[in-house]
Amino acid sequence: MRLEVSNLSFAYYDKNIIEDITLNVNKGDFVGIIGPNGSGKSTVLKNLYRALQPDRGYAYLDGEDLYKMSYKKSATKLGVVGQENFVPFDFRVEEIVAMGRSPHKGLFDGDTKEDREIVMRSLEQIGMAGMEKRNYLHLSGGEKQRVILARALAQQTDFLILDEPTNHLDIYYQLQIFDLVKSLGVTVLSAIHDLNIAAMYCNRLYVMKDGHVSRCGTPEEILTPEVIYEIYGIKADVRIHPVTRKPSITFLPESLNSEAEDKLKKEK
Amino acid sequence: MERKKTKLSTLFNKTEPNMPAIILTLSAAALLSIIFAIGLGPVSVSPSNVARIILSRVPFLTEYIPKTWTQLEENIVWGLRFPRVLLGMIVGASLSMTGTAMQALVRNHLADPFILGVSSGAAATATLAMLFGVFSFLGTYALSISAFLGAAITIILVYTLSRVRGRLNITQLLLSGVAVSMIMDAITKIITLSAPNALGLHNAAFWMSGTLAGAKWAYLTLPFVTIIICMVILLVNYRALNALLLGDEAAGTLGVNVKRTQKVLILVSSLMAGTTIAVSGTIGFVGLMVPHISRLFIGADHKRVLPVCALLGGILVVWVDVAARMVIAPEELPLGLLTAVFGGPFFIWLLKKNNKE
Repeated sequence: MRLEVSNLSFAYYDKNIIEDITLNVNKGDFVGIIGPNGSGKSTVLKNLYRALQPDRGYAYLDGEDLYKMSYKKSATKLGVVGQENFVPFDFRVEEIVAMGRSPHKGLFDGDTKEDREIVMRSLEQIGMAGMEKRNYLHLSGGEKQRVILARALAQQTDFLILDEPTNHLDIYYQLQIFDLVKSLGVTVLSAIHDLNIAAMYCNRLYVMKDGHVSRCGTPEEILTPEVIYEIYGIKADVRIHPVTRKPSITFLPESLNSEAEDKLKKEK
Repeated sequence: MERKKTKLSTLFNKTEPNMPAIILTLSAAALLSIIFAIGLGPVSVSPSNVARIILSRVPFLTEYIPKTWTQLEENIVWGLRFPRVLLGMIVGASLSMTGTAMQALVRNHLADPFILGVSSGAAATATLAMLFGVFSFLGTYALSISAFLGAAITIILVYTLSRVRGRLNITQLLLSGVAVSMIMDAITKIITLSAPNALGLHNAAFWMSGTLAGAKWAYLTLPFVTIIICMVILLVNYRALNALLLGDEAAGTLGVNVKRTQKVLILVSSLMAGTTIAVSGTIGFVGLMVPHISRLFIGADHKRVLPVCALLGGILVVWVDVAARMVIAPEELPLGLLTAVFGGPFFIWLLKKNNKE
């Protein structure tokens, strides 16, 4: 599945939130969107999963206009894990996950045995087998996030859009979720907060700043001390990690004395 | 591994609510409620006589039923109480389903046609129709159609007022509900007080407090047909309703056309609220309590909630109506006052509980 986005703009009350966003995601890509808070990462994704309707621009999914598709059709192609997952009603975990089957259902279709198997498999994949009867309201934030991922998995789409999917998770689940998503072999577009995670899993990165795409490239091209300073205004030390062979970023806070920086410079 | 699986599957059956059994039990309870409730009142009729009187009206059965009742009893049962109790069933079912639909629409279980002013809106336009014949070109259904219009206008008004930046704000929702319902109640009063006839005052009381006392057979058809149609529409869309509870954004990503579903919900709620309020006045809190109680038993899945709350709502209203005619017999209390007396505290409890979560 291939996603082409060109010149996408969206404004809230005449204030442009994002402007002229152009990005491409090729089949099998794991593309990350990074950038500071409020740079428009979520807004781009919301425009792509149709929670918002862009004012200008196009998005094509395998050559087909995304905004002309029925919601049902786009839901069979795009699975989404959004940021807000508050559900004020009593649902069991399996019921939430089973909602991922909805786009595949006609008006009078019931739930089949196959649907139930898909639901159980999705729960197993996110490490929550056996918790299908639990009340969603009583889960921890991280568990909720994983249930929502399981729901997207149950949609069985070739493309996943993730909006900071590991926001509430501890490092164990952060890695587990990203490993899992990577192992699915589907195409992924994800907003990612943590640059080390972005370096580890993405093969391409887009950098958002003030509602624009300011750069794009491989993690090695993007995650340099210069670019990081340009985006976030902080100093960082970047090395290729000997084990992961990926850029590994250490941030150098202002409070650190300049001696440490000199040391680094000498080392280089 | 194998053993674990079988264990899981038995667990699955245990916690899965047995819907056929639940529906069957509730239907039986509804039937019994109807028979017992018909017998109760200032003049009581034994349940067996009630059953016989009703069965004697069934074609082909008439001749097999021994006449063990007086003509007075027959008049009371067939002419007064039976239509009244059936109307109670219909009104209860309708209000509960309206509550469920509105709760899905605003994604909050504090919604109810009464609290959000929809009942008051319907009553205002209905009074307008009744006293001034505003919608008389609509014929026999003038009252119901005008009540429907009032309901629709109010839902749309309250819904638009409570959306702040594309999000539904719950404080805004409740406050605009209160404001709109006060405005509508005031309009109803103004209309009735300035009415050209003395009936005005009496009718105002009817709309404001809600009662089934005037029930006639002729009142039953339209609301009954309406709730059947609306129930089918809602049940067919149960997946969309469930998805809406996760929020507009999530529902869209699950293939739901959110705007269209919301329009359907507004239409269905207004239809049910309008046709019901046209025949019973405003009966509050039923649409709040019944869906909530249903969810406590069987979870939030609309496929289960809708039929269960329809039956439960019907049973509740029938029995509250029995209380309404028994408490200060031979005088009658308006039904709406009784539902408010225990519905109000229920609402406050829900509000408290909501804040805690």
